[in-house]
Amino acid sequence: MEKAMIELLKNGVDETLYMTLVSTLIAYVIGVPLGVILFVTDIKGICKNRIINFFTGAIINLIRSVPFLILLVALLPLTRIIVGTTIGADATIVPLVVAAAPFVARMVESSLKEVDSGVIEAAKAMGSSKLQIITKVIIPEAKPSLLIGATIAISTILGYSAMAGFVGGGGLGAIAINYGYYRYKTDVMLITVAFLVLIVQLFQEAGLKFVNRIDKRLR
Amino acid sequence: MAAYVEFKNVRKTYKTGEVEIHALNDAGFEINRGEFCVIVGASGAGKTTILNILGGMDTLTEGSVCLDGVEISTMNSRQLTAYRRYDVGFVFQFYNLVQNLTALENVEMATQLSKDPLDAANVLEQVGLKERMKNFPAQLSGGEQQRVAIARALAKNPKLLLCDEPTGALDYQTGKAVLKLLHDTCKKTGMTVVVITHNHAISAMADRIITVKNGKVEKTVINENVKSVEEIDW
Ligand SMILES: Nc1ncnc2c1ncn2[C@@H]1O[C@H](COP(=O)(O)OP(=O)(O)OP(=O)(O)O)[C@@H](O)[C@H]1O
Ligand SMILES: [Mg+2]
Repeated sequence: MEKAMIELLKNGVDETLYMTLVSTLIAYVIGVPLGVILFVTDIKGICKNRIINFFTGAIINLIRSVPFLILLVALLPLTRIIVGTTIGADATIVPLVVAAAPFVARMVESSLKEVDSGVIEAAKAMGSSKLQIITKVIIPEAKPSLLIGATIAISTILGYSAMAGFVGGGGLGAIAINYGYYRYKTDVMLITVAFLVLIVQLFQEAGLKFVNRIDKRLR
Repeated sequence: MAAYVEFKNVRKTYKTGEVEIHALNDAGFEINRGEFCVIVGASGAGKTTILNILGGMDTLTEGSVCLDGVEISTMNSRQLTAYRRYDVGFVFQFYNLVQNLTALENVEMATQLSKDPLDAANVLEQVGLKERMKNFPAQLSGGEQQRVAIARALAKNPKLLLCDEPTGALDYQTGKAVLKLLHDTCKKTGMTVVVITHNHAISAMADRIITVKNGKVEKTVINENVKSVEEIDW
């Protein structure tokens, strides 16, 4: 393979990793508080609040029900305002975050729901404040499950980032589309796919290894 | 002189949709300071409801509850949190330990809340777990986990120790050992201990036996002939 192609692929991998990791990070910064809000304002939660729970849930469901490709196009004006352009890796981060944050919020919520309600009751019984219950009991107890959720979120966001290649996003997705799809270079397409699979595998494996190390619950 | 714990004409009504359930209906009793008190009664009688109200985990519909001359029944939720933090220790049937913290860290979580805590490591030593402090709950047997849970409640140095079926998930011998630990703690430190049980045989070791039936206190008996755990069988 010529040198230019290798350079191109290397760039693609870098861009894909950059988009995926930055988007995942921002999606978690937004999604964790949302997930916690969903969990604690639930009927059985420690700060039961039907109104907040309903509206948070409704907004999350609304965004989640829009297919990613449509979201990508619909958000182009917003992307232009925030990043100044609609093409390239930075521009892709905006729709990725918008699509992923609600998804992350639901993942976080479901991880928190796995925490034994008895442990939360015990924390309440010893007089912990609500904030202490959340930060010292619920989140630490959910940590293994939250990390498994994060590996799933990374793979999903990686998949989205590849899709963004269709509308001018950067990374491996753009290479697969530009070379493999528009120029019929099947070999380039296959290589990019192989890279994508490899990246997903790596994150998945590393994530699970780490979880197994820190999980002290019954197995 | 007023009793240490006063539970007077308490009614607790749960509303689920249209249906009203009277979990407690004019229930009342007293407990003196330093007593080992057992609450017995059939399933659904209202034992847990009594303990939760006494421990500030739940509010009552009508009546009044006092501990050491302080009325609990009129407290708001912030005052109740403070009350639970400083005055009561809870022990549950299924231990409810934080799985990702060691035995010592579990106890320290409680001591960090208290104004006047005991030393976490010392308390674990007292309950016989000196060698197991660095273990996680999953590495301990049920009886050992319940000891950690008891240490966690004791280390806060509460006025009142409330135990809801603390031996419910343990086998005969382990259950006996846990009861002995609770009884010894009561007698050595003068802490007031309340234990809920399904098992009438356990009442033989109590100073006071409160029998609950259909949301009412059927009778309160002062036990003149207290037996040690070793002397009773079931
Ligand atoms: N949150 C609740 N909502 C509705 N009803 C409740 C609630 N909690 C308790 N009850 C009802 O109140 C009654 C007393 O319950 P409680 O848990 O105090 O019984 P208990 O004596 O502890 O029984 P057990 O020995 O089975 O634990 C039961 O009829 C129960 O169904
Ligand atoms: Mg009960």
